[in-house]
Amino acid sequence: MNGADAILRSLEAEGVEVMFGIPGGAIMPTYDAMARGTTVRHVLARHEQGAGHMAQGYARASGKVGVGIGTSGPGATNLVTPIADAWMDSTPLVCITGQVRSTLIGTDAFQECDITGITMPIVKHSWLVQNVKDIPAVIKAAFHVASTGRCGPVLVDVPRDIQEAELDFTYPETVDLPGWRPPRKVHPLQIRDAAERIAKAEKPVLYVGGGTINGDACDELRTLAEVGELPVVTTLMGKGAFPETHPLFFGWPGMHGTKWANIAMNTCDVLVAIGSRFDDPVTGKLTAFAPGATVIHLDIDPAEISKLRDADIPVVGPLKKAVHELAIAVGKHRAAGVPGPSAWVRRIEDLRDEFPLRYGSGGEWLKPQKVVETLQELTAGDDVIVTTGVGQHQMWAMQYILTEKPRNFITSGGLGTMGYGIPAAIGAKAARPEATVVCIDGDGCFQMTAQELTTAVIDDLPIIVVLVNNGYLGMVTQWQDMFFDGRRSHVGLGADVPDYVKLAEAYGGVGMLVESEAELEPALREALSLNRTVVIDCRVDPAEQCFPMIPSGAAAIDMVEYQDPVEATS
Amino acid sequence: MKHTISVLLEDKPGALARIATMFARRGFNIDSLAVGPTERPGVSCITLRVDAEHHSLEQIEKQIHKLVNVLRVTELAPEEAVERELLLLKVGADPERRAELVSTAEAFKGRVVDLGPDTVTFELTGTPEELDAFEELARPYGIKELVRTGRVGIARASARKASRLSAIN
Repeated sequence: MNGADAILRSLEAEGVEVMFGIPGGAIMPTYDAMARGTTVRHVLARHEQGAGHMAQGYARASGKVGVGIGTSGPGATNLVTPIADAWMDSTPLVCITGQVRSTLIGTDAFQECDITGITMPIVKHSWLVQNVKDIPAVIKAAFHVASTGRCGPVLVDVPRDIQEAELDFTYPETVDLPGWRPPRKVHPLQIRDAAERIAKAEKPVLYVGGGTINGDACDELRTLAEVGELPVVTTLMGKGAFPETHPLFFGWPGMHGTKWANIAMNTCDVLVAIGSRFDDPVTGKLTAFAPGATVIHLDIDPAEISKLRDADIPVVGPLKKAVHELAIAVGKHRAAGVPGPSAWVRRIEDLRDEFPLRYGSGGEWLKPQKVVETLQELTAGDDVIVTTGVGQHQMWAMQYILTEKPRNFITSGGLGTMGYGIPAAIGAKAARPEATVVCIDGDGCFQMTAQELTTAVIDDLPIIVVLVNNGYLGMVTQWQDMFFDGRRSHVGLGADVPDYVKLAEAYGGVGMLVESEAELEPALREALSLNRTVVIDCRVDPAEQCFPMIPSGAAAIDMVEYQDPVEATS
Repeated sequence: MKHTISVLLEDKPGALARIATMFARRGFNIDSLAVGPTERPGVSCITLRVDAEHHSLEQIEKQIHKLVNVLRVTELAPEEAVERELLLLKVGADPERRAELVSTAEAFKGRVVDLGPDTVTFELTGTPEELDAFEELARPYGIKELVRTGRVGIARASARKASRLSAIN
């Protein structure tokens, strides 16, 4: 067989069920091999960025490695944003790109670009395959690196002549990566110290991030919280790691998190970071963050320990094992009579009552929060995956969607990639066809990747887009209003162009217009019943701002509460 | 605070670029970098002199260690390692002043590797501090050209087991 066949046989050997991509010159031999037959389903995206985000959505919804495929040059550069996104959010992703023929590399050939060079700072590792015989071992290694240790993206660049060259195919049993040794064990003394400190804490908080979901440690987390009576906050990336209707769940920390979560984190005496990384939207001003707390940091990546906040007790290792052992050890302290922090839990409950999430009535306008809140009411308890774009709507989705299970809330956290929502939803649908997939999107984000609605319709991967349409780049508008003396600079998107209903229909989907609260619930109900790709254009109050909020550069404890909306000027 | 780090890595395409890119991306400062083969086929050694003023040495080391081609990261503590550097120096020197310049170089165990009508080129191996000292002494004669390799280092036989920074789990 040739190298292209070897790529497909390798993907099959890795158990890949779906890949997302677009063909082009340098990857044509591999697409020709697809035409000859493969068990891997190929979803044809309309832009490689869409393919990459679909692969990410697939990975996040399924827990498997996502696969994106594209040609050289512009095909490869279009994958750069998904690769960077997967790097920031630790999403396991294998991108396979065609490259110009080996003999042309370095000559500025047609559609040549140095994609391994371009992506070097944003991949865990990459390979430029120089010998067809290396293909099986490289693909084996690529999947291994992407999915072990801290998950992340890898890139395999295969010149066209290597895809066309012949080889005798055997898929290796093992990988030969002497330098790749992610932690596999957990140090028992660190667990002992951590458990003792947690059990004796008067005001502990579990600060849970996306690593808990990647590390498949959510059941263990629940056991730890319950046996220790420990309050839990989850980051945007950790949303769903802990059931959000659980009595020990106390919201989300950070810039637009809940005030009670931020007060709890910043006044706690023991902060247990589990697969989270103290990034700036969570901490606000780092030097003022959780000043009195002893920090216990559990992570698979040793480099995250003490990167931003010094850890008093580091626990490096796979979180499933680490959290499991920690739960047992904390449980022993409780069984021995060390009491749980019940007064502290009552105190956070009081804070929650004192500073609830709230928004105004808005008069004639439909409020964006109402849109998300109604969606939550209609889908509570169902098998629903929510994806989002980035901006105000994303923060409202975090605040008003209550995610009960891991892998049901999929968003771009670290890179903050507008346009992530629609393709990620399509990828999630491919991973879990039985689930209802809803993309809560903004009108700015929608227009960055809307072409993928075609993919949703043609490849029968129906998604519902709930468009929180305020006619503005809303988060930027809010910042201009709050921090730039209200000077609105190039943020108006226009309320009537494009016509999202017609656009949805043009893509072969269903379009609905919602202009009032009365129209909202019937439209959502209908969309949820159709099993088709639907865009619900919800015209919401353009003056509504996202609160609470930690102002830029401020300490998390100085969070600003809901304010009545500033009058919009066009 | 400056530190010398010895990195063993697989001799694979792009391995050095990955380290350099990572340093640039994370804002770590490299004072010098020397790379070459080791006793093991397929394994190279990079000796890095890093400035850990703004980032902890531990963080720099951990980020290096995360790179897939990197096999081992070791700090060469000054008292437990031998460090050497090579200097090539072309100095302006009239025939009548050459003798004193050559005798200065000899005091540093340097030797003349090239002679021109009005220049002398010296080769000098030593600790980076010795090279600094010689450079200063040669400066008044008029340095025409100067190149240094950057330091390379090796742990002393008497050293405690080389401090393996990367021994986290």
